[in-house]
Amino acid sequence: MIELVNVKKVFNAGRPSEYSALNGISLNIEENKVTVLTGPSGSGKTTLLSIIGCMSRPTAGRVKMRGREITSLPERFLTDVRRKSFGFIFQQHNLINGITALENVMLPAYPLGERRSALKERATRYLGQLNLQDKASSQIEWLSGGEAQRVGIVRALINNPATIIADEPTAHLDTKLSHRFMEIVENFKAEGRTVLITSHDPLVYKSSTVDRVIKLRDGQIEE
Amino acid sequence: MRKSTQLFLIVAAQLVIAALLWVHGSLSAADSERRLAEERELVGRLMLTDLALFTEARYTRHLSQADLHTPFQDFPMALEHFPSGSFVQPAPGHFQRVP
Amino acid sequence: MREWIEKQRYIIDFTLSSLLRRKVKNLGLWVLYMLVVFLLASVMFYTHAIKKEAVDVLRHSPEIIVQRIIAGRHDLFPVRYLDILKRIRGVEAVGTRLWGYYYDRSSGANYTLLVPPEQEVVKEDAGRESRTVTVEQDPKALHEEHRPLFATDGATVEPGSVIIGNGIARVRQAGPGEFMIFRAHDGKVMSLKIAGLLSSSSELVSSDLMLITEDDFRKVFGIPDDLVTDAVVSVTNPEEVTTVSMKISKQLPDSRPIVRDEIRRTYDSIFNWRGGMMIVILSSAVFAFVIFAWDKASGLSAGEKREIGILKAIGWETSDIILMKFWEGAVISLTAFFAGVILAYIHVFFTSAMLFEPALKGWSTLFPAFKPVPFISAEQLIVLFFLTVVPYTMATVVPSWRAATIDPDTAMRQTGE
Repeated sequence: MIELVNVKKVFNAGRPSEYSALNGISLNIEENKVTVLTGPSGSGKTTLLSIIGCMSRPTAGRVKMRGREITSLPERFLTDVRRKSFGFIFQQHNLINGITALENVMLPAYPLGERRSALKERATRYLGQLNLQDKASSQIEWLSGGEAQRVGIVRALINNPATIIADEPTAHLDTKLSHRFMEIVENFKAEGRTVLITSHDPLVYKSSTVDRVIKLRDGQIEE
Repeated sequence: MRKSTQLFLIVAAQLVIAALLWVHGSLSAADSERRLAEERELVGRLMLTDLALFTEARYTRHLSQADLHTPFQDFPMALEHFPSGSFVQPAPGHFQRVP
Repeated sequence: MREWIEKQRYIIDFTLSSLLRRKVKNLGLWVLYMLVVFLLASVMFYTHAIKKEAVDVLRHSPEIIVQRIIAGRHDLFPVRYLDILKRIRGVEAVGTRLWGYYYDRSSGANYTLLVPPEQEVVKEDAGRESRTVTVEQDPKALHEEHRPLFATDGATVEPGSVIIGNGIARVRQAGPGEFMIFRAHDGKVMSLKIAGLLSSSSELVSSDLMLITEDDFRKVFGIPDDLVTDAVVSVTNPEEVTTVSMKISKQLPDSRPIVRDEIRRTYDSIFNWRGGMMIVILSSAVFAFVIFAWDKASGLSAGEKREIGILKAIGWETSDIILMKFWEGAVISLTAFFAGVILAYIHVFFTSAMLFEPALKGWSTLFPAFKPVPFISAEQLIVLFFLTVVPYTMATVVPSWRAATIDPDTAMRQTGE
């Protein structure tokens, strides 16, 4: 379980462009559930996501993971926690051009120095689970939008994280692919993972897969 | 084949070639001993003092024998010989740089 | 440990993929790098080899050469001075040299005419690197003894004949048996027969030499019997050379003694790093190189920045990014450096530095044909390595620092837009 206690985030502190993205957020993200953060642009969704996913630190407040405080961890440990516990799916697939789908999938594991044969086997298997086995050695540029999105999903899974975080995952997908995405999310739940999604797509937050919807406005939770 | 493996092979090949050239160098040095000995003998017999590298002017042909004023005498325009004149310095001890 | 190695391999895999994506640009970079190393290493190898050969071979030059200086110029040496030299304490033996330059208009080449010493060389005991030159009492008297003047492969220098170096033979397209025409000092024409050639392996010292009898020499140049070009002196105690040479200066105030060590030191500093054109060539090459490496690396393209952002966002740390940039620089540096050095070695020691020949030849029409002996200075190679590989790798890593430290949140925002 991820616990946030009165988290605040201020950008450009002290300067004329000072801007408060989060104004005291307190919430618990339950394990093995699908939670959606929704709200208009500028409500702080992405900021909250990145703090939960250990990609940035709050200006004030505390974040705990399974009771363990992570807000004040040094950079290296924070990165370690992030690598092992979270998998990110981006709005735009953000795959690296010029290398194959398989290599893209293995990238997050490179710094960990795992033996290549094992890593390759796992990556190939995961690609197979999403019906991408034929595309493993294709260059990213040749994939369709949906295929690329799925490669992005597999990449997020490669280190077998407990939590999947997705930022507006259906923003560039058509209806059919969006439904497909939600099916994959259902699978995550079945696998025991926790899922956290930001989205203003009704298809997402109204889906039956979703356990909880949190509305944000102006950096605060709306009840 | 993994790209990093390919790189290692290339670097290894280069090292092997470099090692072979090193061996070649050592062997040639031994082989050249004969030529060097001949040169030494000729130098001794004929009382030579310089290499016959730059034959276009007195001071470039006999670097060690040239006096201080020859560089600018050989050409009507009194230019220094190029590029050999730039390669050779006056013999050490023949001049001092004024600070 | 194994993980560390595997991690480096992964990063190298990724780096190589990155480099191959911009194939043309990176290939151009590599070629340029390799050429710079090639040029610098070639110059290094060539000059070092010549220096070493010179210092080695000139060990057998005369211990002291005594010139006469008039009005600052090297003038002819009076034979009567020999007596004064003989009487100086510490002098073992005294001899003379007759040599001079002949400019051959038809070929545009300068020849060095030399009268080989008539006496037999007395080989000294092992350990001492000097030669004994017996004293010439009366130069003319010895001619009558008909002792063969310099034999090489059976050919001897007799009146009316010369033995020439290979460079002259090439430039004149002439060989043994043929005749060479000379214009003597008084305008008279002299015809000398080529009796033989000096060995091709000694070209570095003999390429432009022409061995001639004393009579013919004096006829060509019009030098009277009481003058020679300079004198040679050998000393009893090699350690006293400087003292003796100072005594010579005192006794003969218009003389200039040249000590063998000076000769060798002259050649040690020929082509010196700090001398003449070398420094211009070398420093401009190094500067151009550093500027080019920095320019290449200092502007990370938007695409590269994006890529780093993605890597940060998917879990690569700052140190991983820096490592990647390091390998990017190192991969190109190391392979280009080795390629450049290998090619330079082949260029200098297998093809006798053929690319440099036009530059080295300069105005001279006559250039010795020789293969430099592979003397390599490890020290110079190491300096070259640090002058090229280190700046290049740094120029690749340092400018990426800022992009590498981007925090994942910002990266996600940028890439997510």
